[in-house]
Amino acid sequence: MTQQFYVSPEQLMKDRADFARKGIARGRSVVVISCADGIALVAENPSPSLHKIGEIYDKIAFAAVGKYNEFESLRQAGVRYADVRGYSYDREDVTARGLASVYAQSLGAVFTAEQKPFEVELAVAEVGPTQAEDHLYRLTFDGSIADEHSFVVMGGQAEKVSSAIDAGWQASMGFADAVRLALKGLTPVQEGEQPGAPLPPSALEVAVLDRLSDSTRGTRRAFRRLNDADITALLA
Amino acid sequence: MQESTANQVAANATSSFTEHLLRDRPELLPFSRSLQGGASAAVPVQVPHATTIVAMSYGGGVLMAGDRRATMGNVIASRHIEKVFPADHFSVLGIAGTAGIAIDLTRLFQVELEHYEKIEGTQLSLEGKANRLGAMIRGNLPLALQGLAVVPLFAGFDTTAGVGRLFSYDVTGGRYEEHEHHTVGSGSVFARGALKKLWRPNLTAAEALSVAVESLYDAADDDSATGGPDTVRQLWPVVYTVDRTGARRVPEPELAAASRGVIEARTIAGREA
Repeated sequence: MTQQFYVSPEQLMKDRADFARKGIARGRSVVVISCADGIALVAENPSPSLHKIGEIYDKIAFAAVGKYNEFESLRQAGVRYADVRGYSYDREDVTARGLASVYAQSLGAVFTAEQKPFEVELAVAEVGPTQAEDHLYRLTFDGSIADEHSFVVMGGQAEKVSSAIDAGWQASMGFADAVRLALKGLTPVQEGEQPGAPLPPSALEVAVLDRLSDSTRGTRRAFRRLNDADITALLA
Repeated sequence: MQESTANQVAANATSSFTEHLLRDRPELLPFSRSLQGGASAAVPVQVPHATTIVAMSYGGGVLMAGDRRATMGNVIASRHIEKVFPADHFSVLGIAGTAGIAIDLTRLFQVELEHYEKIEGTQLSLEGKANRLGAMIRGNLPLALQGLAVVPLFAGFDTTAGVGRLFSYDVTGGRYEEHEHHTVGSGSVFARGALKKLWRPNLTAAEALSVAVESLYDAADDDSATGGPDTVRQLWPVVYTVDRTGARRVPEPELAAASRGVIEARTIAGREA
């Protein structure tokens, strides 16, 4: 029988974290921006059907980077959690805070107990009646949870994108400005500091949580996915 | 550990909210338990019942209307009950029978459709929705045999075919597509008579509304469990239309005008029956 080498818990956790971080860094970025009209979610995603952004509940959306199968299973679990909760209590009892803490627990459990941690980073966004009541939670592979204001950037070039968005973010922005700002952040900067060509709508996945969906669209479901034509029209 | 997770994920891969509840939270289903003792088919328990629902197709869509009365034996249990609900963006649902179970079934059906849409990223087909509703009614069969039956009427716009369609059910979950018009509930025999005389192909939405109100008026005239338009409390039937643009609740002023129109015509006619 071979002797197992001793690995300290610190080293084990560090190795796992490095592994997960590397996996996430390979992917493209996702931006979630809170603005005057609601919350805009923008991802660089050439696939029209494999989504990185999804609807969870009336006012709650989900965005993720990393391994598709892992965040997709988390998204579906989130939809189930929200639907069961809304069905057994009431629709208004489903909150982003509750959902985020369930995600934090599952990610934390997977990080410590499973063979391999999830290589994902998630954002849970809830649009409120006013911008001050918007909630943005950012969850990382180890179950850490952060309550963010104004915007969340996740994925490969998160730091670079984040600094670009930080420079341009204003509370008074509408959806068009927010998406433009996200695009500016997501567009890769070429050699020699020349800004690259902006991403075409077909390479983007954009969804919004309308702040006033009840009065303007007559539905409590605030989530709306924009197709290529909608994106072109919004940015025109 | 990983493999058991994978198995669990595959086993849990359902887009149906009802199946998920059945597996994880069966106590939340409206029909998960049969009544123990007390109730038998011979002596039905006294619970509120919802009655007449009428539905019809018109040029470009379907319309569904329900009166506002719930009864418990010979007592009026509610004058405000709503029996027609939007199921999702392109379909509506009307319920007759045991009110408590019917309302819960409606809630479950609404979540079922929305859940599928969120998990799959696309809407169920209208046939798919109609079949799902049939399965739920079948799930309620044990309670139906104890006297707590729910009979729905389902109408929606088939976005692929571009037409409005209408489905009726029996207590065993049998699903029957109806053409032209249909009605369920204790007042349905009277409403159907009115529909047969008043309905014709390619009605406009406004004409369909007045036909619906008139047939509900006839049902209320002869069936004590169906409530007529209430001018004192300003209560009008609940009416939804579904067309290419989606389901829409007909606003109160339109209903008030249609109801007053029927009442005035009957007052002028001054006939006994």
